Amino acid sequence: MYFKKIALASSLALFAGGAAQACEVGARVNIVGNEFAAIQAVVEKAKECSGAEIESNLTADHQKINLAGMQGNPAEYTTAIVANSSIVALMNDDVVRPLNDLVAKHGDGLSDTQLIRVGGDIMAVAFMANAQHLMYRKDILEQAGVEVPTTYEEMLEVAEAIRSQGLVENPVGGAYAAGWNLAQEFNNMFLGYGGEHFKAGSAEPNVNSEAGIKALNMMKALTEYMNPDYLTHDSNATNAEYRAGNIAVMHMWGSRASQQTTTEGVTDDVKNGHAIAGPLTVGGGEIPASTLWWDGWTVAKNVSDEEAEATFLAMKNGIAPSLIEDDEVAKLAVWLIAGYEPTDDAKGVFAAAQKGTKAYPMLPYMGLLHTALGNELADFLQGKESAEQALADVEAAYTAAAKEKGFLQ
Amino acid sequence: MASKAQRMPRGLRIATSIFIIVWFFLAAFPFFWTLWGSFKVELDFFSIADWTNSLTGERTVAEHGSPFTGRGYEGAWIQEEFWRNVINTFIVCFFVVTISLTIGTLGGYALSRSTYNYTFWLLITALIFRAMPPITLVSGYLLPFFEWNVWGILPTTIIVLVAINQPFTLWMLHSFFKNIPKELDESAKVDGCNQFQAFRRVIIPIMWPGVITTGLFSFLLAYNDFAVTAMLLSESNRTMVPAIAAFLGTTQTEGNVMFAVAAVVSATVPLFILVMFFQRQIVSGLTAGAVKG
Amino acid sequence: MRHKTFLWFFLPTGAAMILFIFMPIISVLMQSVYAPHEAVLEEVENCVPLVGCTIETKINQDATAALREAEPLGRFVGLEIYKDRGHLATEEVKAAWAESETWGEFREKLTNLPFYRAMGFTLTFIIFVTPLGIILGLAIALAVNSLHRHLKGLMIFFSLLPMIVTPLIGSLVLFWMIDSRGIIGSALVGLVGDPNFSLKASTGLMWVALIVYGIWHAAPFGFVVFYAGLQTLPKDQLESAQIDGATRWQQIRYVVIPHLMPLVTFVGLIQLMDNFKIFEPIVGFQASAHATSLSWIIYNDMSGETRQLSAASATSVLTILGVAILLSPVLVRTWHDFKGAK
Repeated sequence: MYFKKIALASSLALFAGGAAQACEVGARVNIVGNEFAAIQAVVEKAKECSGAEIESNLTADHQKINLAGMQGNPAEYTTAIVANSSIVALMNDDVVRPLNDLVAKHGDGLSDTQLIRVGGDIMAVAFMANAQHLMYRKDILEQAGVEVPTTYEEMLEVAEAIRSQGLVENPVGGAYAAGWNLAQEFNNMFLGYGGEHFKAGSAEPNVNSEAGIKALNMMKALTEYMNPDYLTHDSNATNAEYRAGNIAVMHMWGSRASQQTTTEGVTDDVKNGHAIAGPLTVGGGEIPASTLWWDGWTVAKNVSDEEAEATFLAMKNGIAPSLIEDDEVAKLAVWLIAGYEPTDDAKGVFAAAQKGTKAYPMLPYMGLLHTALGNELADFLQGKESAEQALADVEAAYTAAAKEKGFLQ
Repeated sequence: MASKAQRMPRGLRIATSIFIIVWFFLAAFPFFWTLWGSFKVELDFFSIADWTNSLTGERTVAEHGSPFTGRGYEGAWIQEEFWRNVINTFIVCFFVVTISLTIGTLGGYALSRSTYNYTFWLLITALIFRAMPPITLVSGYLLPFFEWNVWGILPTTIIVLVAINQPFTLWMLHSFFKNIPKELDESAKVDGCNQFQAFRRVIIPIMWPGVITTGLFSFLLAYNDFAVTAMLLSESNRTMVPAIAAFLGTTQTEGNVMFAVAAVVSATVPLFILVMFFQRQIVSGLTAGAVKG
Repeated sequence: MRHKTFLWFFLPTGAAMILFIFMPIISVLMQSVYAPHEAVLEEVENCVPLVGCTIETKINQDATAALREAEPLGRFVGLEIYKDRGHLATEEVKAAWAESETWGEFREKLTNLPFYRAMGFTLTFIIFVTPLGIILGLAIALAVNSLHRHLKGLMIFFSLLPMIVTPLIGSLVLFWMIDSRGIIGSALVGLVGDPNFSLKASTGLMWVALIVYGIWHAAPFGFVVFYAGLQTLPKDQLESAQIDGATRWQQIRYVVIPHLMPLVTFVGLIQLMDNFKIFEPIVGFQASAHATSLSWIIYNDMSGETRQLSAASATSVLTILGVAILLSPVLVRTWHDFKGAK
């Protein structure tokens, strides 16, 4: 939120300086998306285009309205800013159009890696990436005389060393809040153990497997070193704990890295001790226990070709390389824009990519499994049921949902 | 109520006073705590390091050189232009209360005066309507509203809030009108008034206490609504509550929590003024004896 | 009142309710018996930044569009959704009944199913919060009514605070305070003497916290309605009771409470209904690991990345039915009152 003004001011400065190339659009553009600072900056820049009205609606509830807002004909929104998890809902209902012809016509300046291809079609243009990776306090680790962990097994040892020396009571942090966060942590760990969420080529769930049980047991072991309230700690609460100096090691979103030291009221210990590293592996696996994410924009299907073209041009202007010439904007995210030099805060995400981290699965039914995981796993962590039972519950809940949505017969 | 016979014995008086003080503390303490905390930085307000930080403002001193800072208010009001949301809230509240009460008093009065069985079933149906979780209703509106191009604007939200609130308004006004003796408007009808004239000449002048109480609830509903306003208003037309929720951020993004805390405190001030004002209306209106059984 | 007059008086409010409540309810009913079409899936190669290309599954839109065209409402599934694991779970309940040897075991299996788990908490919440909220509200109304008139205004305002502040925000404020390092949380830690004591980590304590919050939030509503009712107290009856030598308690028991009884019914109805729909505190307290409700399930179905409209609709219909069952004793009473009043 704080960056909104900076983003605005800097993009205006660019505009006033005449640095921005002329952008002319011939029809209305209306953008719906989440409201975080990086997206605010992109949308402000898209609005520099002249020639027609460019509106936007950036809200945390974007996922609840984007589908309805694109289903009408003509659609209210000509573009939705989405991530790899949320584009699926739009593709399932067929409200976004393939961009092949628009990329062929106006795609100069977009690099090939930015294009999200599904089958032969370009469905979205990505502009930023995110992944969970290690953040730690080098001062506390030094004091405890331990190395920076590279696996979760090492993380447990580090945690034990820190706790036994009385440095930090609950040294491990994790966004384990029941619901979306908890499911995401399970996904990471599960992929780290080499798990596959679904049986090959079908919508049949496959989490009640050896990898699933191992993943749950590792999560349970980690929670022993966490604040006892971990089931209520989402990533915001976990970060607040970290900034207050109550956490020594945690797996956290790369997009939060730059805020750990700049938020108001952070102690000097945390400011000086904060460090980041790539994601951890687990169980001797090669692939990190993490997932890669992208944010990008789409173009609505139910709009005229003129509007689609105008939208493409405006959004392309929004992610033009000149956007990140401003250091304040460059810091906001790990940009996938030509000419982006990774800042120190972005190194964790790039390390994740280099180590071969998998992308969050872009499957039509992944969202249903994610919801089921978020609802059913807390019972295991609270010791109310076994890992097998919890995973069986997940599969049963998912199966009921997938039958309703027509993914399973 | 201070008639001589009503004077309390000492023991009861003390017990009542203690009860009131305890309740006052329970009801008000969280808000004083929030008011106090709104002048701190986030780490002190949540006092994650140590709970005494929220009293001493240790991190606030380190950041701003004084245990109090207006940064939250500045951020919410100036940087994020919270006043726009305040204006939107008052537009929504004004129209919701006016429309709700106008159509609600007519309906509630009719329900209280008709003796046919269908009035009972209408009341029950209204009650069942109220059982519908608003979130399901709202998701049903989304698609048609987008298609008719009325999504995101204040009038749509006002009409929806009025409709959702009608069952409650009807029930409340129905009970109040029931307490107004039928003989009053019947005698007016004997004098040659039709039903509407009877309503206007006889009922309207004495119905205010009930209407004000009901209006207060309509106001609160509109003022506090989150489910409807969050889903039906676009970012630029937001009222206060969804704006505050946006300050809190989501799991994927960090919000500015102290803006939210400052905004919560700011949003309570108009309520304070309103209740102070209408409290007098309720008491004087009711005790004037218009509604003697 | 004649039918025609009644119609004109009732028309505006009736039209608003039909348009914005009745019609959506019908559409919800339809949605709960029609599910989306079976998806025709196909495997394609997906390419994303930083990762490269992988084989993934997607919906074949051309094939699915044909299905949609044929039956625009979706596929008719009857009561299937009501019977699946996310709702009444008829199969699972039967299996649990057959497999369980003791009541405890059956109960445990039952509360492992989302619907019954939600009902378990919701009913407990209602049983405690509804009567206690009404009693506390009445007590506050009587106490405030006895205050000096200058103090009254102030107390009315502060007594209303827990209700007038948005539930989401009110519960957030309390949630911050009961954190093990919040002010109430720290006090509890001090009382218990265990530094690792946490209100939020225990299911039982979380239920207590939610119930206490519920009473705190509900009492002001009862208070303000009863307080308004007290202002219309029939003074002559009270005076004659006093002349007859009734004690203070007898006056309350035989004059005040009967006078307030219609209001108690009203407050009770509204509170039963709202408590059945408890939602914001669960979100505000982040309590979903410990306590859920039907409204929370609806919210959860609607807010996932893939929205489950049919599931949410079925739960909504179940909510309405639940409220109707819960209210039936009160409704029967109201019917008798209504008949009697005629």
